[in-house]
Amino acid sequence: MKGKSGKSLTAKNFLYSQKVAPYVFVLPFIISFALFWIYPLITAITMSFQDIGAISSEWVGIKNYTKLLKDNVFHIAIKNSAVYMFWTLVLLIPFPMLFAVLMDSNLVKAKGVWKAILYMPALTSVVISGTLFRLMFTEYPTGQMNLITQALGLGTFKWLKMGWSGMAALLVVACWRWTGVNMLYFLSGLKAIDTSLYEAAEIDGATGWQKFRYVTLPLLKPTTIYVLTISIYAGLAMFLESYMLWGGNNSPNNIGLTIVGYLYKRGIEKNDMGYACAVGVVLLVIALAINIVQLILNGTFKNEEE
Amino acid sequence: MEKQKKLRSVSDTPKHKIGEIFATGFFAILSAIIVFPVFAGLLASFRPGTQLIRRGLAIDLDISTMTLDNYTYLFSGNADSQKYFMWYKNSLIITLASVVLTLFVCYFVAYGLSMYNFRLKNFLFFLVIATMMVPFEILMLPLYKEIIKLKLIDTYAGVIVTGICSASTIFFFRQYLSGLPKELLDAARIDGATEYGISVRIILPLAKPAFASMGILCAMGSWNAILWPLLVLKGANKFTLPIGLNTLLTPYGNNYDVLIAGSMFGILPIFIIFLIFQRYIIEGMTTGAVKG
Repeated sequence: MKGKSGKSLTAKNFLYSQKVAPYVFVLPFIISFALFWIYPLITAITMSFQDIGAISSEWVGIKNYTKLLKDNVFHIAIKNSAVYMFWTLVLLIPFPMLFAVLMDSNLVKAKGVWKAILYMPALTSVVISGTLFRLMFTEYPTGQMNLITQALGLGTFKWLKMGWSGMAALLVVACWRWTGVNMLYFLSGLKAIDTSLYEAAEIDGATGWQKFRYVTLPLLKPTTIYVLTISIYAGLAMFLESYMLWGGNNSPNNIGLTIVGYLYKRGIEKNDMGYACAVGVVLLVIALAINIVQLILNGTFKNEEE
Repeated sequence: MEKQKKLRSVSDTPKHKIGEIFATGFFAILSAIIVFPVFAGLLASFRPGTQLIRRGLAIDLDISTMTLDNYTYLFSGNADSQKYFMWYKNSLIITLASVVLTLFVCYFVAYGLSMYNFRLKNFLFFLVIATMMVPFEILMLPLYKEIIKLKLIDTYAGVIVTGICSASTIFFFRQYLSGLPKELLDAARIDGATEYGISVRIILPLAKPAFASMGILCAMGSWNAILWPLLVLKGANKFTLPIGLNTLLTPYGNNYDVLIAGSMFGILPIFIIFLIFQRYIIEGMTTGAVKG
């Protein structure tokens, strides 16, 4: 301490003061936010109003957007992403929640084993799981899915060549990957519920269903909102599952094309960055609109201010 | 005491036993369905790749037709094998670097956001949430151009740098840290510890479970990442494992031997980490999703 000049000491005191320290802590976020979030976000929006050439770019106003309005392939992509998101919400929120309630009961033995196994798909890369499922959904009669449908007397299907079955294949992959993860989210939510509430409900003579409806469900709400938010986001932005299932970004009649798939196709494969960015901005608006409405309906912003 | 007795008597009733069988059986069946594709893939990895194309993932338990050929080929040290382990090494480097950087940077950011009251606190936390609300895929193209401009294209740094300040990791750490008593800080201050000293020596050890759970989630994300590395990494000698495996997916299928054995061997490291740190995943999720 003695050796240091008074000036550097005050600089040190300044940096070490309780007022400045928090800003030092959050500095990496501010830098990363500026460089890798706000800058690319603004660029994406400005690029969406441009025709990006190899050498120069031209300002074209809303031309990219008017083109999107008439672009049938883009409409297919939006429809696919929306349908996919809708079904992932239907399949990947109520069922994992019920599984979690069951898992949390004292009825299940060897819980650790089942939890580990159900979580396993999340550990595998989409490259690997997509390849495995592509082989299972093969149109040949030896594929697993065709073996199942044959056993049920339904014959064989060309799974990855028809709209409904292509979507079904995507949803099977989604369920396989996320059921366990979402179940663990709900399970951790259940762990946080005070057991005395259930005891109180029991004393009041509540049935199992009543306990679920009036204790579990309301107290799981923060978890449900969390899972809902990430599911909306993940559903709308799904791309790789489709990319791997069809072995590239091309599916017959675009049955597996998603919004991000179209963005990738336009931006990377066809090098039409301006148009691709317009696709991205539309995705952003849809994702934000759905999530904000959902969060307002659930009253999340109110809680944050308290 | 009375309650315990009651519980014990409940678990002995025949009704409870039947429920136990059904509930446990349900999860056993669900687990079997979940395991099936990977199990079938594992079986297929012991057979020639040509069979994979002809028969799909047929379950064939006949041990006499199984060989270790794919694996001996994978470890043979020939050109394919060298390529595979180069991808493996690249994935390990990128995963390790991004996990370490992400954890420490996010911890300190979250520390700042949860342990202090300062003017921009709520605004900054709102920005953290905002970044989570925008799918990465939208920023992908401008980020790609930016990485080219920063001369980080085809480098590991280019893959890692954009994800270090992960909003979800900051969010998890913040949730975890907000649950710690703030009196700890005041006590340490009275003992003469500096603000940074407190964050490293007092609070960081307490956040170990959060580090473990975020660590494994980051490792999984990084090990399995495809989209961004696919854009940034151009040279085949820089590829990560998923991208490398993806290049083997030609319609001709001449590489399926390496693909299937390599895929199975590629799941291994993350699976081992998972088995070791399993409980931390669940603990980490508790701090994140419950308090919302």
